[in-house]
This record gives sequence, structure tokens and C-alpha cells, in this order.
Amino acid sequence: MTAVLPSRPAGERPTGGRLIDQFEYGLDAPICLTWELTYACNLACAHCLSSSGRRDPRELSTAEAEAVIDELHRMQVFYVNVGGGEPTVRPDFWHLLDYAIGHDVGVKFSTNGVKLDRARAEQLARTDYVDVQISLDGATAEVNDRVRGTGSYATAVRALENLAEAGMKDFKVSVVVTRENVSQLDEFRALTDRYGAQLRITRLRPSGRGADVWDELHPTQAQQRELYSWLLANGEEVLTGDSFFHLSAYGEALPGLNLCGAGRVVCLIDPVGDVYACPFAIHEQFLAGNVRDGGGFQRVWQQSDLFQDLRSPQTGGACTRCAHFDACRGGCMAAKFFTGLPLDGPDPECVQGYGESALAARDADLVTPRSHLDHSHKGPVRGQPTLLGMPSIPRVAPAKMCDESPLAGLELR
Amino acid sequence: MRGVLIDTPVAAPAEQVREAGAALLPGSVAAAPAPIADFDPSLPWRRARSVALRPEPFGALVYHFGNRKLSFLKSKTLVRVVETLADHPTASATLAACEVPEAQRPAYLKALADLARSQMIERREPSA
Ligand code: SF4
Ligand code: SF4
Repeated sequence: MTAVLPSRPAGERPTGGRLIDQFEYGLDAPICLTWELTYACNLACAHCLSSSGRRDPRELSTAEAEAVIDELHRMQVFYVNVGGGEPTVRPDFWHLLDYAIGHDVGVKFSTNGVKLDRARAEQLARTDYVDVQISLDGATAEVNDRVRGTGSYATAVRALENLAEAGMKDFKVSVVVTRENVSQLDEFRALTDRYGAQLRITRLRPSGRGADVWDELHPTQAQQRELYSWLLANGEEVLTGDSFFHLSAYGEALPGLNLCGAGRVVCLIDPVGDVYACPFAIHEQFLAGNVRDGGGFQRVWQQSDLFQDLRSPQTGGACTRCAHFDACRGGCMAAKFFTGLPLDGPDPECVQGYGESALAARDADLVTPRSHLDHSHKGPVRGQPTLLGMPSIPRVAPAKMCDESPLAGLELR
Repeated sequence: MRGVLIDTPVAAPAEQVREAGAALLPGSVAAAPAPIADFDPSLPWRRARSVALRPEPFGALVYHFGNRKLSFLKSKTLVRVVETLADHPTASATLAACEVPEAQRPAYLKALADLARSQMIERREPSA
């Protein structure tokens, strides 16, 4: 399981120094974690990071979910990002929300808005310690519905209206930046301002169904440059989930945490209780354990071999020889993994262009790793997106990722 | 923005801090920033009542349940200082009791001032 990770010496944690250097050695509990409550979803977004659609019959029961919350409370995890699938389609969603808040575990949940009618909006506005994030991937219905499905823009906007009318404060509009919407950032700002909401933009990663549309949708180099300038100009008012730190290699560090937090300060609990290093890394290689196992989540977080291995700084690999390594840290582990690039080499969207050469240098017959899970709807979905990913040729992870060396001979300064 | 002893919220994972911030305080987004609490080390202080410290290998994570800000204490001695502020008549006395070397006191006082500004520590009435 650990074979894919770049070689990292099991070094001693330094005393003092920068906080992010400490974070590389991991924390006793996550700063926050993502918890996907269900793989069920009413939509079928083309780029869904968790390939959601159908409910998994092994989903955690209400009692099991409560036990996870009890544990997070004991570990002093002060809040969780709840997602899915569409978390609000779980009948016990509102109960679990109250249960978490009642146990000092704050909740920020992401939704497509399908259940946020006026009554729910008013309920949320009355509830302390809850944050809502509405997903929208286009500032216009045309751009949004192409990836999220017909009618999804209208649903999201109705939810925004309901929240605003109910007097909800500080709710977010969450946008995955793509080639098709990156030119709409100012329009997104105007839209969120209209509802008194806050804009949050994150990076598209080739995870889940995102792998099928990544080639087509990830921003071009020129667009990345524009995005970087936009973030420098607007970054203070916009949330990013610290997901664009690979852009720091353009020169100026972006505000936020510039490092891969996978298994160090963040992780994912999936609907069946499996714990992965990161929400964008639903793959057996990044599976650390299950909350149902003896010792629960705490044991997985504190003792799993995988997370232990992730908790040391990267010292080898092509990126460590790059002048921008301190700012960019080699980018996103999941983005490299699911594009078949070595984990200690450049990010596929490396702003210095090394990612593109690395992608081009991949073996022609390289099969990119594919998650063992796919909960996508099997039949047609009402209003399904018109942008459909390439039907996936059954792809299997190469037995030994590390044997592939797409970067051989590439010089990094 | 990175302090020697604590990382102020800006240096903490920005999203969590900024996204978590303020949602609880109605209207706080538009409101003026909280008045800067003058930190006077010759007065009695305490860890704010709505603040929890979570021990970490390098120090502690600090969480304010009211304004939902996160911060980090980057040394175990600072953790001890914050935890024992309430046991001593003044902040300066706390530093002495925790055996903070003279040379490091300015850095500790600055860290405490930062914590006061972000409302992680608060003034308390002098104990009788
Ligand atoms: S794998 Fe990518 S998305 Fe996940 S924590 Fe690391 S950088 Fe972030
Ligand atoms: S080579 Fe690696 S460290 Fe350098 S800019 Fe590219 S991804 Fe970042």
C-alpha cells in the first residue's frame, strides 16, 4: 500500500520552525475533515469527485454516524465538512446535523440545494454553528447545466434565494474552476454579492468522474495565469480551500496553507466509513482503514501505516530540485496520481510547464489508476449533463506505479 | 504574519479560519473589527471561557467557539502559560512561574498580545 508514496525518511519532528513544517509531520487529530454521508445524489455531475449517484447499501447507519460524531468530539475535531453525494437526501441528515452541533462539532455542508426550501432555510438561519455551501459551476445556467445537468442552476439559485430571504449569514457559493467558467469569476462575485453570500472557488482534480472530463475541463496554462492574477487581486475576499497552492510557483505565495494536507491535517470519511487520505483520493492506495474497525477513527488517524508514511516532508524526487518547490510543494498528490504521474514529480498543472511535458512523456500504453468504487447512476438521469466524459475503457492500476518513469531524463532546474 | 510562538489566524489554514469566522456573530461581517484589546501584562488574564486548547506535538491548536477562529500555539511552554494564566496575579507573573527565560519574554508577551487581540485570552477580575 505504501509503495506509491515518494521515499521519505522517517525523520524526527523538528522543534519550533514554521507551522507548515510542523503540519507535514501530522497532527493528533485533523484540523477539519471531510465526511461524505452518502453516495446517493439526485444529480449526475460530469466531474463528480466521488463518482456519486447510487446509495451504497453498506452506508453507515444513524447510530454508527452518531458514534463517529462522539469520537470526533472526544478528539476535539471542532468541525467537519459534510458532503456526498448529496448529503441532504439522507433522511437522518437534519438529525445528524443537530447531533454534531450538540457535541461541539460544527458542520459546514455542501449541497446542490435540492432540499433547501424556505422552511429548511429558516431552520438553518436559526442554527448556530452551521455553514452552508451551495455548489454552482457556472455563473449562467448555460455554463453550469452543461456539467451539472439541466435545471441544476435553477435549483441552486432558488436555494440561494431562500437562504438570503431567511436571513442566513455567510453562506457560500462553491465553484469548481473549469476551462468553461474561469472567465466568469467576476460574474460569480456579482452573483454571490447579490445574495449576501461568499464566493469559494476550488480546483478541478481528476478524481472520480473528474478523471473522464479533466482533459477537456481543466484550465489551460493561460487561464491558470489569469486565475493567479485574479486571486492575487481578489484573494482576500474569496475562499479557496487552499486548493490553488500550485499557482504559488508563479512567484507570490497565495494566502493560506500551502501544502498537501492529505493524511496530515485533513482526511476523508466516506459513506461506508472508509477513511482516505483526502476527499480527492478515493482509491485503495489511499485507504487507511475504516471507522468500523476496532479503535475506530482515532486509531486509523493516529496509527495507520498509510498516514504514518504521509507524515514526513518529501525530500526526494524531481520537484525538490525545482526553485519553486518551497512555494508549490509539488502540487496536488491526487492530481498526479490519477493522471498517472509519479507522486514526487510535478503536478500535471505545474505552472512551470513541467507537468505538461510529464503528461506528454507518459507511456502510450500507460493506464491511469482508477478508483475501485463507482456509484454513478446506471441508467439515464433526468436532465443529465450534456458534457459527458469519455466512457471509461476499463482501466486498472498498474501493479507497480513506481516502475513507470514518465519523467526519466526530464531536467528540472 | 507568522509569529514566533503562535501563528495568528491569518497564517493558519486560511479557509478554515476565514470560513469559520464570524458566522456566529450576526452582522459581524459588516461590523467593524473587534476593538483591539489592549494587552497589559501587569493585569490578571485567563484563557477565554469559550476557547478550547487541543494538545498537539508542537504545542496546541486553539479554537474559539464564539468567533470560530483557529490559531496555533507553537511551543509547549506557551501552552502552559495560557493554561495557567488564571492561577497567577498577572500575565508577567505567569511567565515567571513558567520559567520563561528573560530573553524570550518579549516574544511571549507579543504572543499573548496577539492572543488577546483574537480574543483567545481575556481579562479577568483580580482574585480576592
Ligand atoms: S491530495 Fe491534493 S486535494 Fe488532497 S490534500 Fe493533497 S493537495 Fe489537497
Ligand atoms: S516542478 Fe514541481 S515544485 Fe516546481 S513548479 Fe512544477 S510542480 Fe511546483
